Amino acid sequence: MRHLKKFAVSALALTLAASSMAYAGGAKIGMITTLSGGGSGLGIDVRDGFMLAINQSDNKDVEVVIEDDARKPELAVQIADKMIQSEKVDILTGIIWSNLAMAVVPSVVAQGKFYLSPNAGPSQLAGKGCNPNYFNVAWQNDNLHEAMGAYANAVGYKNSYILAPNYPAGKDALTGYKRFYEGDLAGEVYTKLGATDYAAEIAQIRASGADSVFFFLPGGMGIAFMKQYAASGVDIPVLGPAFSFDQGILGAVGDAALGVKNSSQWSNDLDNDANKAFVASFQEAYGRLPSLYASQGFDTANLILSALDGADVKDADAFRAALKVAEFDSVRGDFRFGNNNHPIQNIYVREVVKDGDVLTNKIVGLALEQHTDAYAQECGM
Amino acid sequence: MTAALFFEQLLNGMQFGVTLFLMAAGLTLVFGVMGLINLAHGSLYMIGAFACAAVAAATGSFWLGLVASIVAAAFAGAIIEVSVIRRLYDRDHLDQVLATFALILIISEGCRFVFGSFPLFLDVPAILAGPVILPGGLPYPIYRLSIIVVGGLVALGLYLLIAKTRLGIRIRAGEADREMIAALGVDIRTLYTIVFALGAGLAGFAGAMVGALQSVQVGMGEPVLILAFVVIVIGGIGSIKGALIASILVGVVDTLGRVSLPSMFGLFMDPSAASSIGSSISSMLIYVLMAVVLIFKPEGLVSQNG
Amino acid sequence: MASLSRESILNIFLTLAMVALPFVATAIDEPFYITLATRVAILGLAGVGLNLALGTGGLVSFGHAAFFGVGGYAAGILASHALNYTPIMESPFLIEGTNQMLIIWLVAIIASGIVAYLIGLLSLRTSGVYFIMITLAFAQMLYYFAISWPAYGGEDGLSIYVRNAFLGVNTLAPHGFYFICLGLLFGGIFLSATLKNSRFGAALQSARQNEERLSAVGVRPFNIKLTAFVISGMMTGLAGALFADLNRFVSPSMLSWHMSGEIMILVILGGVGRLYGPLAGAIIYILFEFIFGGMTEHWQFFLGLVLLGVVLFARGGVIGLIAGRARHD
Repeated sequence: MRHLKKFAVSALALTLAASSMAYAGGAKIGMITTLSGGGSGLGIDVRDGFMLAINQSDNKDVEVVIEDDARKPELAVQIADKMIQSEKVDILTGIIWSNLAMAVVPSVVAQGKFYLSPNAGPSQLAGKGCNPNYFNVAWQNDNLHEAMGAYANAVGYKNSYILAPNYPAGKDALTGYKRFYEGDLAGEVYTKLGATDYAAEIAQIRASGADSVFFFLPGGMGIAFMKQYAASGVDIPVLGPAFSFDQGILGAVGDAALGVKNSSQWSNDLDNDANKAFVASFQEAYGRLPSLYASQGFDTANLILSALDGADVKDADAFRAALKVAEFDSVRGDFRFGNNNHPIQNIYVREVVKDGDVLTNKIVGLALEQHTDAYAQECGM
Repeated sequence: MTAALFFEQLLNGMQFGVTLFLMAAGLTLVFGVMGLINLAHGSLYMIGAFACAAVAAATGSFWLGLVASIVAAAFAGAIIEVSVIRRLYDRDHLDQVLATFALILIISEGCRFVFGSFPLFLDVPAILAGPVILPGGLPYPIYRLSIIVVGGLVALGLYLLIAKTRLGIRIRAGEADREMIAALGVDIRTLYTIVFALGAGLAGFAGAMVGALQSVQVGMGEPVLILAFVVIVIGGIGSIKGALIASILVGVVDTLGRVSLPSMFGLFMDPSAASSIGSSISSMLIYVLMAVVLIFKPEGLVSQNG
Repeated sequence: MASLSRESILNIFLTLAMVALPFVATAIDEPFYITLATRVAILGLAGVGLNLALGTGGLVSFGHAAFFGVGGYAAGILASHALNYTPIMESPFLIEGTNQMLIIWLVAIIASGIVAYLIGLLSLRTSGVYFIMITLAFAQMLYYFAISWPAYGGEDGLSIYVRNAFLGVNTLAPHGFYFICLGLLFGGIFLSATLKNSRFGAALQSARQNEERLSAVGVRPFNIKLTAFVISGMMTGLAGALFADLNRFVSPSMLSWHMSGEIMILVILGGVGRLYGPLAGAIIYILFEFIFGGMTEHWQFFLGLVLLGVVLFARGGVIGLIAGRARHD
């Protein structure tokens, strides 16, 4: 009897496997991402994570076309047109920056194509501008900042000094922090985008009497700020989203980053099987630790592959439904979409630590559990 | 703003100005002597920073890196001068702009090809790390203070070089009358290469000094380049003295503007909007300064022959 | 102009090729080529604008992105207000948005003309290297302003979503919009040819070559140059408005100094001062980006090499290579 049951189970598994193989259709995916110029490290990570998942998959009918947008919105629009009109792709993905996403995504989904965002999550596309063919596999832009606001409450900060570059994502960041943070503000400062000298701001921080500093300064700006902050001798604790403390950047910040708390939906040491396999195989394939962006690229590819297992990409309704259920092993653990096709997910607090010679992050707490973004109600879906 | 904070911001402005001066000095020297506009000056700055970071990482010594930055940038400058720039002296400025713009593309992508797309690590040396307490109890980073000192020394050194040495005499003669010094038997080709390499070395040195404070990455030279242009336009193209005055002016105006404008707007609007609009206006401040200077002194503060 | 010079033959060939292109693209079922050609026509028009200042007037402006961007924002702002049914301003009098291309073009031309007048007024007080750096710096100033000013999207830019309307033409169909842009490009080329051969053009050329002589006959070179600079800015501004419609999107990167460099590059690639130089340059530039951009992420390295080669060894650009040196040299 036991044998029979075992046999029945494996037979069932076989038929399931066979049936899923029967449905595992091909697709042509267009990836527009930043591979040259400033900020190309992020695009390279997304691409490498994405291609790792594609190469690990059994589905050999997936074709990926990759092009470099050089972080120029006009070029991204042109590549999107080319991929749709000339390459005839079914799915687009890859864009890193919100301003490029805003240039490309509305017209792509208006033409009936699918777009899966592996990084940018502008609020317009999460709220009133949400679209059934647009899926965000990373986060809504405000999420990580909101988590830091919640964390500041949890540890009892009462007087934060907050700063970000003077552009929309910077304003979203401070708005996100303030949405959850309940204490007072010792100062709120917008710096020039691309600024690399923060001496004046650090002097103001010292004079402000703040008990904590929250900053969002992506890329080189964050590196410059952290180094100068560490050298200034100001010892007010610093908080920030993962972007300024991620694997690609930590090496350049150096020990100045040690001990800083940052928020992220993913970390190297997140304890689940999919993640352990991902971190190990990424290191093996590329010889470096994966970053947040690589994990998002990896998840995006696996989401697409999982949907292709169940539905034909040409059958838009079925494929959309298959994406929406999100039945794949995310490296973040549980993963599901809210009504606006943005993730509902845990956001953790990480701390920068030194593992041997390498700076990396380890999870020290949970900031927000199964967090939904603030714009979901505005979305009509 | 308290007096101590104001003084600190003034120091910050000076320090920012001094780093601009290191960039602008080479740019203006090359223009003054050879009449060449060099957009690739920012790329030499980047080469200096990368060389310093690479050597510091390999040897563990910031000081060796600093030496490497000057050597590498001067060497790269000499190669560029001999292979490309030399052909441009007799061309109009348009060709110079285009050719040096092409050099930016080549050097940036080449650098990315060699060093990859991720920012490199470069930190201030241990003995200059941390703050020092200034008279009045104000803590201030030693490294920034030393940038101000070094910038002053470089300015003095350049002055002595041009006023007191044989090379300086030739440089001044080259500015005044190109044919004559050739007639006097000075090898003008070598002189030009030396001047260009000197300017490049200064840019590389600036890149390394600033790289330790900021981030060493591809494209880091471009924003500084445009600021350096503003500086030499204000100071008077070709004039080292003008570059020094203008860079301190730009540094101080920019720093004080970005600190005080948001709080000024805060007097009549809510803090969040005031900060945002104040910083929008302050990011335009130095260009307004430039426009004002041009209205009254189209040739810049210190005219080239002055 | 008794017999057709090689340059004229080349110009006629380019004209016919641009007109024929969409039909060929449709025949081989590659509609994307029409989009690509539309981009060529628009950047070509921007180049024609710059060429007037650069080639005829000798004014090396490194800040034409300012006018390109102002034109683009004029289109974006008008269209976005029309889409949202919100007036642009209510007092002292009501101004509504619009999605009519004709009005948008007019506004774009006027707005970029005003900006060109203000920038020209200050920068034309200087010349040579000062002029290059000052135009660059003013364009950068507008760029930082556009990035940080909270209204109209800041760095995120402004999406238009749908294309604006032009009389009875279906502008969303690639053909319709392409021929609108091509028509304006040829209009621009015709205008600059007319200007160049007019008394104004003669005055402008002598303002470049010999200011004293011009002053001696009682013409103020400053006014001539300023007029040329403003017309040049207006044409580039119109191109900017079209560019916004092509991408259905405007952003501060239209104002960045890389954009100025790009417009300048295509004028040089084609041949400075040549009537069809900007068009020829735009074709080469876009093809280069299209072909090499798909092949390697280091394509800008090769673009740099090609550019350097053209500046050092092929003065006069591609038209110069094919048609020989210009007669006015």
